[in-house]
Amino acid sequence: MWQDITLQDVLIVSTLMFFSGVYGFLTRRNLITMLMSVELMLNAVNINFVAFNYFLHPENMHGMFFALFVVVIAAAEASVAIAIIIGIYRRFKSINIEDVSNMKY
Amino acid sequence: MMSITFHQAVFYFFSAIIVIFSILTVTSKRILRAATFLLFVLLGTAAFYFILNYAFMGALQITLYAGGIVVLIIFSILLTSHVGERFEPIGWGKMIASALVSLIGAGFTLYVLLNADFIPTQAPLPDASVKNIGTALLSYERNGFVLPFEVVSLLLLAAIVGAIVIARKEPHDTENPNNE
Repeated sequence: MWQDITLQDVLIVSTLMFFSGVYGFLTRRNLITMLMSVELMLNAVNINFVAFNYFLHPENMHGMFFALFVVVIAAAEASVAIAIIIGIYRRFKSINIEDVSNMKY
Repeated sequence: MMSITFHQAVFYFFSAIIVIFSILTVTSKRILRAATFLLFVLLGTAAFYFILNYAFMGALQITLYAGGIVVLIIFSILLTSHVGERFEPIGWGKMIASALVSLIGAGFTLYVLLNADFIPTQAPLPDASVKNIGTALLSYERNGFVLPFEVVSLLLLAAIVGAIVIARKEPHDTENPNNE
């Protein structure tokens, strides 16, 4: 159906998306925006899985299932991460990582 | 120059959305705007899944990411920051170093994948109907996924319990009187 799109086109988009996530993870100093950068990277990887599945090995949809499990695990990870962020905010009154430098209880 | 087909036009439109909004997500100075831009990126990803014929994956992306995670992120932003709050800029040195790392990484990856020889398959397209996906998820035969399915359900249960335990307010915290 989509013969006029090549695998490379999809991979270029996901590469740019992944490395903007890397940039955000390195420059952001706010826990929630760092979490958002991680979500960007996970999504780029998911696009890669699905694209490789579609263009190279479509027989058993393994790539799609892997992406499916990544999405589920990302949801679990985001919920726990946000719980931790809210706990940190209660204790330190800030979610800036410069203010949360001591991990002591 | 060859003309652009309708398929390609749709694909390039969503590619542009994804690239532009992912860059805006990581450079925006306001946190709520960054979350909104992230929502557009996730919807663009869902559009990619629809383009690649995986309708179930796209629906999952919209409901779980765009509907679930972004709402969760926006709620936590509203709980922890002022809406119009701007980030204090980080130092130029750090910013340039991070940009350099990302650009070098992106350049290297693009170099590798543009020179790679991907052999497109001639196999017929998979039947990605919900019926097939459900059968494969619960099958314990060769291409079945019942073990990761069950493990993931346990993981989700653990995540639910963990999130509740971590975010719960402690009724009387004697060690830290400042804790509200």
